[in-house]
Amino acid sequence: MARPIVPVPDPATQPFWDACNEGKLIVQYCSVCDRRQFPPEAACRDCGFNFHLTWQETSGRAKIVGYSITYDSRLVQWHPLQPFLNVIVALEEDPVINFHTNLIDDFGTNLSEEPDIPIGATCEVQFVEAEPGRMIPEWKLVK
Amino acid sequence: MAREVNWERNHDPVGIWNGRGKAALVARGHSPTDRRWDGESLDKSLGAFMMIAVQNALDDAGITIDDVDGIIGSAGGQGNGQPLSDVWGPRPYFDAPYDSEDGLTHVTGQWLRQQMGFKNLRYINNHGDPVWNLIGQASQAIADGRAEVVVVTYPNGNLPGRYHQDPSNQARGPAVWPNTWGWGLSGQGFTFNQYCQKYGTNHDRMAPFVVQERKNGLLWEHSYYAQHEPGEFTEEDYLNGRMIARDLSIFDCDRPVLAAAAYVMVSADRAKDMKQKPVYILDHTESQFSPRSLVQTIDDTEEWTDIQAQRSYNGSGLKPEDIDIFAPYDGFAVFTQYYIEAFGWRGVKRGEAHDFYAGDISLKGPNPLNSGGGNMGTGRMRTVFITDPLEQLQGRAGDRQVTTKAEVAVTHGVLPITAGTVVMSTSPD
Ligand SMILES: [Zn+2]
Repeated sequence: MARPIVPVPDPATQPFWDACNEGKLIVQYCSVCDRRQFPPEAACRDCGFNFHLTWQETSGRAKIVGYSITYDSRLVQWHPLQPFLNVIVALEEDPVINFHTNLIDDFGTNLSEEPDIPIGATCEVQFVEAEPGRMIPEWKLVK
Repeated sequence: MAREVNWERNHDPVGIWNGRGKAALVARGHSPTDRRWDGESLDKSLGAFMMIAVQNALDDAGITIDDVDGIIGSAGGQGNGQPLSDVWGPRPYFDAPYDSEDGLTHVTGQWLRQQMGFKNLRYINNHGDPVWNLIGQASQAIADGRAEVVVVTYPNGNLPGRYHQDPSNQARGPAVWPNTWGWGLSGQGFTFNQYCQKYGTNHDRMAPFVVQERKNGLLWEHSYYAQHEPGEFTEEDYLNGRMIARDLSIFDCDRPVLAAAAYVMVSADRAKDMKQKPVYILDHTESQFSPRSLVQTIDDTEEWTDIQAQRSYNGSGLKPEDIDIFAPYDGFAVFTQYYIEAFGWRGVKRGEAHDFYAGDISLKGPNPLNSGGGNMGTGRMRTVFITDPLEQLQGRAGDRQVTTKAEVAVTHGVLPITAGTVVMSTSPD
């Protein structure tokens, strides 16, 4: 499925998007603060510098924290898909780190009634094409 | 004129403010309140409305333009760092002074100086913050002796078309995360839903709060609803509200309006000369956070609002039981409970706000929450959060005057992620 809105990388996020194109979900890691960081930024939010900031591959496994449903978005490109599902998942090895997903494989879009979203269920990352040459992370339930 | 930055009190422990009681809020002035600007009536532009509000505030204080030596304001009309012109502009312009955005969707202190003929200004700052921070900044400037008689300006604009619609099919910068997955106001509903799960409550239990706010707002002459939609708003109306996102209905979202307000703030010395009773500023504190990761969670929200409340109590030296009038922001209505619980007003603890809403929060009862009606009762102009506490403490809130003691007020907004808190009192001590 073509995505309504595609991301345009910038210097801080380019490595993340490049990794997505290679099928890897990476986040930043500051070794002096011993913390992962997502979304990517030019410096570590805790120590304030990039001296110890590297990229770390994740397991790509995450648990469902909660969800929302959008009925009337300010994002015009999403209007044809309304109402659509917005799920938040937290990384299995570090639940502070969270991501957006629409869980499209499991629930589709154009929800006619509120779906039964299993809070706490495990998902795994998959990469879907937002436009030719641009993969983005999405999640699907581990059955 | 020096351009001031980093005036905020945001490093813990902030300690008792060294300007405590040295600045006072004395007067307010408002423009008419319209739904939108039509794009052509120059007498109803944001600049024209701002001039009306400034003149009304000066008249209320009993002073003239020549008494004023400072202007501190939000130039942008929205106060969230996104100029209205970026949303609605560019447009065809008019003859001077309406030959740029300044006067139409922005109103700078410099533009007001030129149009209204201020001669004695030694301090102008168009910092652009929400109104709580502007009152804080003016208090600080007065306490530090940089100005003695300050006009605080707060224009809020709304133009034709739907609010904040974004037609782009590409996302850049920080917008790549929400927009790629269609996240938006869903965030407000998501955090609220986490709150409901955590404490076993639900969205319907918001109804008494929002309905009471509309009742209060209808008693404020500058409210959009008082001027344009004075009919009753019931719990049934609330419960039938169109859903914007899960757990967020149209009646949890403040309605954008076009209005301007101005306040006169003076040094404690000058306060004695004013027509109205002074209301002293005991403290101002500010805060800004970022989520631990991508999406703001209930844990982030409770941690941030706890810090905001502790900072204000530390800065003012007051305790929750000292607060008579409490004005926590409500635009969106689904986050007001975070503030009530963090500040512990009337003893409300985490998870108890919806029980509190189910009790007596009426104007003439023991717990007159948001006695001005908040944004839900007045429209998205935010200035009721300053005007109502001021009028309650001055004893001139008219039909809205509470029957409980009204000597100390705390007003707080805008978002959990970035907020300012102002503590006011009838006494400087
Ligand atoms: Zn670090």
